[in-house]
Amino acid sequence: MLSDTKASPAPPPEKPAEPGRLTRLFLSLADVASFVGRFFREAFLPPYEFGEIVRQCYEVGYRSLLLISTTGFITGIVFTNQSRPSLSEFGATSWLPSLIAIAIVRALGPLVTALIAAGKVGSSIGAELGSMNVTEQIDAMEVSGTDPFKFLVVSRVLATSFTIPILTFYTIFVALIGAFINVNANEQTSFPSFMQEVFGAVTFLDIFASLFKSIFFGFTIGIVGCYKGFHSSKGTEGVGKAANAAVVTSMFLIFIEELLALQIISALRGS
Amino acid sequence: MASEAVIVIENLRKSFGNLHVLQGVDLTVNQNENVVVLGRSGTGKSVLIKILVGLLKPDSGYVSVLGQEVETLKGRELDQFRQKVGFSFQNSALYDSMSIRENLEFPLVRNVRNLSRAEIDRAVEEALDDVGLSQTINQMPSELSGGQRKRIGIARTLILKPEIMLYDEPTAGLDPITCIDINNLINEVKERYKATSIIITHDLTCAKATGDRVAMLLDGKFERVGTFDDVFADSDERVQQFYNYNFVN
Repeated sequence: MLSDTKASPAPPPEKPAEPGRLTRLFLSLADVASFVGRFFREAFLPPYEFGEIVRQCYEVGYRSLLLISTTGFITGIVFTNQSRPSLSEFGATSWLPSLIAIAIVRALGPLVTALIAAGKVGSSIGAELGSMNVTEQIDAMEVSGTDPFKFLVVSRVLATSFTIPILTFYTIFVALIGAFINVNANEQTSFPSFMQEVFGAVTFLDIFASLFKSIFFGFTIGIVGCYKGFHSSKGTEGVGKAANAAVVTSMFLIFIEELLALQIISALRGS
Repeated sequence: MASEAVIVIENLRKSFGNLHVLQGVDLTVNQNENVVVLGRSGTGKSVLIKILVGLLKPDSGYVSVLGQEVETLKGRELDQFRQKVGFSFQNSALYDSMSIRENLEFPLVRNVRNLSRAEIDRAVEEALDDVGLSQTINQMPSELSGGQRKRIGIARTLILKPEIMLYDEPTAGLDPITCIDINNLINEVKERYKATSIIITHDLTCAKATGDRVAMLLDGKFERVGTFDDVFADSDERVQQFYNYNFVN
C-alpha cells in the first residue's frame, strides 16, 4: 500500500505580538533616557572634541546672530508699543522701562531665543544628522575609528548649551535697545534714565534664572535635534521627518521647561 | 605553501525580527585574495560585511578577522582593529560638509597621532593619486560624479593602508565604462596594498573581473563557492537565473 509521504507544510513562524501603545511609550522613554545618559557619560570622558565643539559654537551662535538680532529688536519694539496703552490709562507710562525690562529679562528674552534657535538650529541638527544616517556617513565615521556619538552628538549638545545662553543675553540687550528707541520716540526718555529704570527693576535672581533656563533650553534643542537625527528612518522622507520632529518636540519641551522654571523661581522669590 | 586565512566565518546567523537573513554562513578568505559575494538584493550581503567590521552584531556564529574575534572587541581595541579594515560604502558615504581633502584627512588625523602637516598632505596626495583624482582635492563631494565619489570613498579607506578591504556594491549605479575603471581599481588595490578583499555585488562583470573566488549567497547560506566559471557551471536553477539576467558571456 502506498503511503502519503508528503509532509504537511510547516506552520509559519509565529509573529511576536505588537507592543501596545503604553509599552511603546515606555520603550521610547527608555531609549531617550539611555541617549541622554550616554551623552553625560561621554561628555566627561576623554578624548574631548574641542575643535568640533568650537566649530559647532560658531555654527550655532554666529550663524543665528542676524535672525536673533532682528527678532529681538522687533520683540522689544512691539512689546513696548503694546504695553503702552494699558499703562497710559493709569498715567503710568513712566513705569514702561521697568515693565519691559522685567518681561524681557525674565521671559521674553530666553523664550524668544530658544524658540528661534529650535527652529533654526534644532531643525538643522536633525536634518544634518538624519541625512548622515541615511547616507551611511555615521557608519563611515564609526568604521574609520571615530566615535560618532562623541564627535557629532556631544559636540553639538555642548555647543547649544554654551551658545544659547550667550545668544539669550544678546537678545535681551537687542530687545532693550528696540524698547528704548520706542520709549525715546514717544516719551522722550534719555538712554541713561531708561537704563537706570531697567537695572532698578531687574534683580540678580532674574538674571541668574534666565541664565539657567537658557542653558536648559540649549541642552534641550541640542539633544532633541541629535536624537531625532540619529534615529531617523531611512530615506529622504526620514530626514524631513527628523528635522520637523526636532523642531516640534524641542518647542514643546521648551514651553514645559518654562512653566516648570516659573514655578521654581516663584517659589524662590517667595511669591 | 598554503595562504593564511585572514577572515574566518563559521555558522553565522543574523535575523531582523522574522526575517532570517543569514542562516549559517561559512566562509574562509585567504591573504591577498579577492572574494566576491554574489546574491540578490536583500539577501544579507551587506549585513555580512557590516558584521565583519563590527557595525552589526550577529545572533550566533563565529567571526574572526585578522586573528581577532570581532564580537569581543570594544572601545580602543575595536577602533584599532577598524584601522586595518577599509570599508567602501555603497553610496560612498563621503562627509558632505567636508571638502575632499578634509574627507581624506579625517581618518588619518584621528587615528595617527603627531603627524606633521607635510606628512598629512603627502598621504592625501598619494591616496588621491592612487585613484587618479588628484585634481579634486579642493572640491566638495556634491561637485563630483557618482564614479568619482566611489573612487574618493576608496581613497579615504586606502589612506590608512588597510590589510582588508570590504567593498559594498562598488559598481552599483555606474555606467559600464566607469564600472571597468572601478574593477581595475579594485585589482590595483589588491596588487599595490597586498590587501585581502571581500566585494559585495550583484554585477557579474565586476565579479568576473575582480574575484579570485565567488561565493553565492542563496537562502541565507553560501551554497556555491569557487571560481567564477565553476560556480556558474552549476545547473542549479537559481544560479542560472542569476547568470542569465546579467547577460555575461
